[in-house]
Amino acid sequence: MATTTIISTLDPSSRAAARGWSDLTIRNAFIIPTIVFLIVFNVFPLLYSLYYSFTDFRASMNAPANWVGLANYRELLNDPFIWRNFAITAKYVIISVGGQVIVGFGVAMLLNRPFPLKGLVTTLLLLPMMLSMAVVGLFWKLLYNPSWGIINYALGLGRFEWLSNPDFALYAVAITDIWMWSPFVMLLSLAGLSAVPKHLYEAAAIDRAGRLYTFFRITLPLVAPILLIAIIFRTMEAFKTFDIAFILTSQPTTEMLSIRLYKMAFQEWQTGLSCALAYIMLIMVVAITNIYVKYLNKAKER
Amino acid sequence: MRHRMKGLLAGAGLAVMTAMPVQAQELTIFWAEWDPANYLQQLVNEYTEETGVVVTVETTPSADFQTKAFTEFNAHGDAYDLVVGDSQWLGAGSTGGHYVELTDFFKKHNLNEVMAPATVKYYAEYPGNSGRYWAIPLEGDALGWSYRKDWFEDPEEKAAFKEKYGYELAVPKTFKELRDIAEFFHRPDENRYGIAIYTDNSYDALMMGVENAIFSYGGDLGNYGTYEVDGYINSDKAVAALEAYKELYKFTPPGWAKTFFVEDNQAITEGLAAMSMNYFAFFPSLLNESTNPHAKNTGFFANPAGPDGDQYAALGGQGISIVSYSDQKEEAMKFLEWFIRDDVQKRWAELGGYTCSAAVLKSEEFQNATPYNKAFYETMFRVKDFWAVPEYAELLQQANRRLYPYVVGDQGTAKEALDALAKDWQETFEKYGRYE
Repeated sequence: MATTTIISTLDPSSRAAARGWSDLTIRNAFIIPTIVFLIVFNVFPLLYSLYYSFTDFRASMNAPANWVGLANYRELLNDPFIWRNFAITAKYVIISVGGQVIVGFGVAMLLNRPFPLKGLVTTLLLLPMMLSMAVVGLFWKLLYNPSWGIINYALGLGRFEWLSNPDFALYAVAITDIWMWSPFVMLLSLAGLSAVPKHLYEAAAIDRAGRLYTFFRITLPLVAPILLIAIIFRTMEAFKTFDIAFILTSQPTTEMLSIRLYKMAFQEWQTGLSCALAYIMLIMVVAITNIYVKYLNKAKER
Repeated sequence: MRHRMKGLLAGAGLAVMTAMPVQAQELTIFWAEWDPANYLQQLVNEYTEETGVVVTVETTPSADFQTKAFTEFNAHGDAYDLVVGDSQWLGAGSTGGHYVELTDFFKKHNLNEVMAPATVKYYAEYPGNSGRYWAIPLEGDALGWSYRKDWFEDPEEKAAFKEKYGYELAVPKTFKELRDIAEFFHRPDENRYGIAIYTDNSYDALMMGVENAIFSYGGDLGNYGTYEVDGYINSDKAVAALEAYKELYKFTPPGWAKTFFVEDNQAITEGLAAMSMNYFAFFPSLLNESTNPHAKNTGFFANPAGPDGDQYAALGGQGISIVSYSDQKEEAMKFLEWFIRDDVQKRWAELGGYTCSAAVLKSEEFQNATPYNKAFYETMFRVKDFWAVPEYAELLQQANRRLYPYVVGDQGTAKEALDALAKDWQETFEKYGRYE
């Protein structure tokens, strides 16, 4: 009862209170259902799969799960194919996110000036990221077709096999991802660029600072925090890439961790082993994100 | 007042009950999305007319089929009463408790003799030679070939071929002839290619294609009784077969690196390739002029023999099983009794389904019904299949991992690929205690 009293009198001047909703009502109507939802659909499966990662459970069999300790983790970390999947994923993340940052930030720089129909052009440039991944995968497959795909035609590459060539398939997938997600980086960069105070550029111009100097000393440091947020999001997503790579090609050189995880979990039904791999991936994503967040905090301090 | 109220309620209840139609009995069959599923729906509509039981054939794209079916099994769901599962699911379906055992049903109806022997062995029985049955052979299928008759019969082509290879251009009877013809018609400058084969490594396509060669070269995947693999899958015959398959890949259209039944049929419909590998079940659309402009000029042949005269093909097709979590098992059993009737099997064949009934298969009427039925009949007595153990998906994944880089990526040698595969399979069988 004491808790109820405290909660209901926390902020009587809030907008909700003005509408007649007490904090208690908000707690019961929104916060508790959200927490329950998160526990049931996120926290519980997370913990349950952690348990399975230490068992030999196979969802396709009616046999009970036997505790095997760290055996699944040992098996995975001793599997050269899993290490190859890690290497492919890392290479893909670097190429794809790097490409998105260069293209997205570059386009944002171009858009960060007044010109006719700027709003329309910006909206059109955002279209790729609004499409479904599966659709993008399917039509880029057509674009890459060696016989009649427009890419070979436009670049004069003859019958170059983008997706059948084990050495180029990963680049082909990355190019598709760059096309799709550069607009996301562009959008955030544009927000960052438009927030840079104009007087800094005026001061730099008075001091006869060069374009490169202005870019590296003013533009980049001030846009860095928001750019890092874009990089964090894109890295996490690129790390989990599945749809585009799965649809475009089945080259072993494009088998990223999430594709291997899918096959292990839903084709081979090695549930325990795949839970362990999912946890390894989770730890890696959290670790990489933490590194970025540290840089983000440093950038903010500056 | 109370009595009057009761009377009113009873009257209203009766009125509602009589106004409502008697709820029809329903059965759901789960299968992959392909033409035979449509034929099956037509067939079961006749069962509905006969019995009033509504049967629905629910389908899902084939890439999703295994995942969706086993997700439902694992959840012990009753969404499907029957499933037309792949032959390699038998081990997982039976030992996992997902399929109802049909041994008594089999014996009662003498299905061992009613159905073609290969279909009983590969679609129904698990473990092999155990006399325990889990499915009724429904759709017989195997890998065959389609080809461009007009290209083969062109006098100029025939003369040029004879001059180059020293024998007549005709339907290939051996793998060597298949290779020669593929090479002969491979003319990228004319946008014409020699052959279309399976290369997709997402599920079983590539393995089925390679099996086609291995079996005809006299090789085997292993000993299905003892699970020995070393000396089988990496035998000299299997190595030569894999080399032959890779040789065929050289004569495929550009970008032929993730291809299965859709692409292989397209190779014919788009006039790209002289010959195309595919399951017999996909051949009906090649005879349809609305889907194949070259329908009149499309011919069919069985998988050719290897160098020693062995002639086999990789088995496709499926049996129908009752899902043990269904709450309509009895009704499902009645449906199976109807399905195995001779007249129903005949009707199934008429609709386009590949019956497994030995009597129907042997009949002249069936063999002359389409240009490919005879090749299908011959093939169904010379088929072999992949492992049907519960861990088949791991074995398949390992095969894809070893074969694909060699066939498509041009990495390593056939011997290295198959030695590595033998080692992978042996470790997997050890892991699951198959040698104990």
